[in-house]
Amino acid sequence: MSHEYQRMTLSRPPTRGEVLSDRWFRWSTFGFGVAVIGLLIAILLEIGSQALPAMREFGLGFLADREWDPNKNDFGILPQIWGTLYSSVLALLVASVFGLAVAIVISQNFLPRWLEQVLKNVIELLAAIPSVVYGLWGIFVVIPALRSLLAWFGVPPSEVSSSMLPAALVLAIMVLPTITAVARDAIVSVPVKLKEAAYGLGATRWECILGVVLPTAATGIFGAIVLAFGRALGETMALAMLIGNSNVLSLDLLSPGNTLAALLANSIPEAGGMQLSALMYAAVVLLFITLAVNIVGSLILMRANRNLLGGHA
Amino acid sequence: MTTIDTYIDASPVGDVAIDLHLEKVWYGDFLAVRDTSIPIEKGSITAFIGPSGCGKSTALRCLNRMNDLVHGFRFEGHVQFQGKDIYAKNIDPVAVRRYIGMVFQQPNPFAMSIFKNVAFGLKLNRYKGDMEQRVEGALRGAALWDEVKDKLQQSALALSGGQQQRLCIARAIATEPTVLLMDEPCSALDPIATRRIEELMVELKQHYTIAIVTHNLQQAQRVADKTGFMYVDTSDGGRCGHLVEYGATDELFASPKVAETQRYIAGEFS
Amino acid sequence: MSDLYAVAGLGSQPVAEQPRVNPPQLERNLRSVRNLVSAALSVIAVLLSMLAALPLFSVLAKLIAEGGASLSLQCFTEEPPTVMTAGGGFGNAIEGTAYMVSFGCLLAIPFGVMVAIYLAEYGLKRRLAVVIRFTTKVLTGMPSILAGVFAFGVFVLGVFGRPSPFAGGVALAILMLPTVILTAEEAIRSVPAKMKHAAVGMGCTASQVTWKVTLPTAMPGILTGVMLAIARAAGETAPLLFTAGFSFYFFDWSEPNSPMSSLSVLIYQFASSFAERQQSLAWTAALVLVCFVLAVNLIGQFIISRSPMSRR
Repeated sequence: MSHEYQRMTLSRPPTRGEVLSDRWFRWSTFGFGVAVIGLLIAILLEIGSQALPAMREFGLGFLADREWDPNKNDFGILPQIWGTLYSSVLALLVASVFGLAVAIVISQNFLPRWLEQVLKNVIELLAAIPSVVYGLWGIFVVIPALRSLLAWFGVPPSEVSSSMLPAALVLAIMVLPTITAVARDAIVSVPVKLKEAAYGLGATRWECILGVVLPTAATGIFGAIVLAFGRALGETMALAMLIGNSNVLSLDLLSPGNTLAALLANSIPEAGGMQLSALMYAAVVLLFITLAVNIVGSLILMRANRNLLGGHA
Repeated sequence: MTTIDTYIDASPVGDVAIDLHLEKVWYGDFLAVRDTSIPIEKGSITAFIGPSGCGKSTALRCLNRMNDLVHGFRFEGHVQFQGKDIYAKNIDPVAVRRYIGMVFQQPNPFAMSIFKNVAFGLKLNRYKGDMEQRVEGALRGAALWDEVKDKLQQSALALSGGQQQRLCIARAIATEPTVLLMDEPCSALDPIATRRIEELMVELKQHYTIAIVTHNLQQAQRVADKTGFMYVDTSDGGRCGHLVEYGATDELFASPKVAETQRYIAGEFS
Repeated sequence: MSDLYAVAGLGSQPVAEQPRVNPPQLERNLRSVRNLVSAALSVIAVLLSMLAALPLFSVLAKLIAEGGASLSLQCFTEEPPTVMTAGGGFGNAIEGTAYMVSFGCLLAIPFGVMVAIYLAEYGLKRRLAVVIRFTTKVLTGMPSILAGVFAFGVFVLGVFGRPSPFAGGVALAILMLPTVILTAEEAIRSVPAKMKHAAVGMGCTASQVTWKVTLPTAMPGILTGVMLAIARAAGETAPLLFTAGFSFYFFDWSEPNSPMSSLSVLIYQFASSFAERQQSLAWTAALVLVCFVLAVNLIGQFIISRSPMSRR
């Protein structure tokens, strides 16, 4: 038997070139991986170093100062911080209600399967429309619509123009897809056996949703809202086009305002000297607020996933 | 505590293709297999049988260093292949696997055409000859040619499970490796496909050395020349597999020497 | 017995003492409060959902009505009109968007795919991979205007001294990068381990497994991610505003360090214009931009649906 067995194999060991290029390739993926970290550090360093003169000059008082006057070299971003937070919170209030409604409707068998899919796609498409197009639409559709709507309540049309209300409404539309998508994931991952338990006890559909599904998915839904908050804080163009860009600190929905991102968009092109540094300081503030909110949101979502997995085990 | 006897009749009849001498295999802190030595003979089929978790797959995967992929894997012992210990420091596991091919439990064709699947190894080994002829030869060798000759450019993923597994065999034999390892190659297949692959194995042993892991005793009886029975030793609290009995297949099944082998062959546990 | 009922929440009164007179009522009772509340909530939820979908249709309708009205071939070939002139188009803005998005792809795709390969294959169990993934998520959440501020600081203030398509392209690449990394990692991870094992078992080196098996199999997923990134980058305005700037003219390639227009910045500039022709061009440019973005999204969906992985 062993004599019949003699034959040639086509197998060849890997060449030196194969071995070397393998090593080289693996090291270069490692290098690109490290470069991502380097990129983030470079962004922090670049913006931070540009902001340094303003940080030295104004200190933390920058955050509480209401003036932005290049002529007097007096800079503060309290109105912008306020406007950023206020517009985002308003937008979230609206978007949470609608986004959650959509998430429930497309996940709890309210509609025929095909209609669910259509609605889901439509909401996803909302996220695909560029910000600047929403700004354009806001100027020419939302503001005029608000004018005629508010006229019914006795508000003179001349008082309705670029302001917090249209900005927050459009912002709400822009973050709604985020809330819907993440909240839907949380709702879908509620174990079926929990829902069956509720139905088995004779609960109506909404008793089941409000009593079992939403509480179980609560952490995930909250994470969705926080992530949407992070997105709203950094949104630029639609707000820059709709909010009125004046450094006013007001609760009035029809008063114009400003946000950090809109301030950057409007002022950087013409800025120089200390004003530019102050803008970079504002960019640092924006960066830290959004980073903090995003990290909190991600942690909440991680925890939501872990809780659900823990529940299964 | 019961100690299990072992009966190893390791006097090889023909030349030895791979001399497996496994002392200890660890996955992290877990001692998976110990004391398993089998001379895998050229031009024959050697089967590893035993209950699940007895480490037969682990032992087989030590033969071409597939276990290197597992995190925390450590090997004590040696595996002699063509006069070299493949676990020696200066050995490239990639080169080892080019000479010792493998067919897996689950059919695993690549997401490309049938032709490209078979030609994959040829290209890898920089084969310069007539590619189409080689591919046809390998597909004929795997008894698949007639079924796929008209659709060589179609996706391999569209084939049935049995066809996919034969394609994987064709892919493995296209480069004519020195040894072919098969890890429960029929466990995902229906009886008819299983039968075809068994016939194929018997044909292939004319040219190849084959080592196969199977949980199917009849399969080992039908195809294997030599059989090793592995068993799990739980005496020290772990689940450590080791070789209990090894010898010619006919003898092992007709007159098993060790009590555990007898009970396993009698179907008292699986 | 009564204890049992109390535990089950069916009232603390000893139930067994009351003789059961009525048979259980199983018919639908439309007037019961519970059913009414449930029905009302359903109606409200469905209405809110429909209302949430309304803006998309309003945006599209307005785009088609306003933008379609002045859509003509001239829009794609001519330079924009000034406040005083009539006619014109946004050919230079299309050129700019196409150029800068392509440039962004050129930087972001190889970079992102290499990182994804590290994350999903070689660095899988390393702590560095966790840090890189975290960094990538941070970059995803970073406001797009900050990518512009960064590129502005490095290239406009620093290297070139003025806006250039290079700075704009880099800003877009920074925005595309995390999308490419995360989707490519996902796609590479979804390649079945058994396929990779087959390649390893044949004697492929680690990079041969990646190049010959993993990447071709993951390609539809990677391309879908690239399409998402392109769609996003094409619509971005904020990072281009002060990196590439705005120009009324076709780009002068002999002067590479000069402002380059883009569709999105043109829409922004013309949205608040008093000149009617500029306003209507803003709408037409928006229509073109949205069509492009939606088309790229659809192509992405199509690619993933044709993937051999999703067919099984």
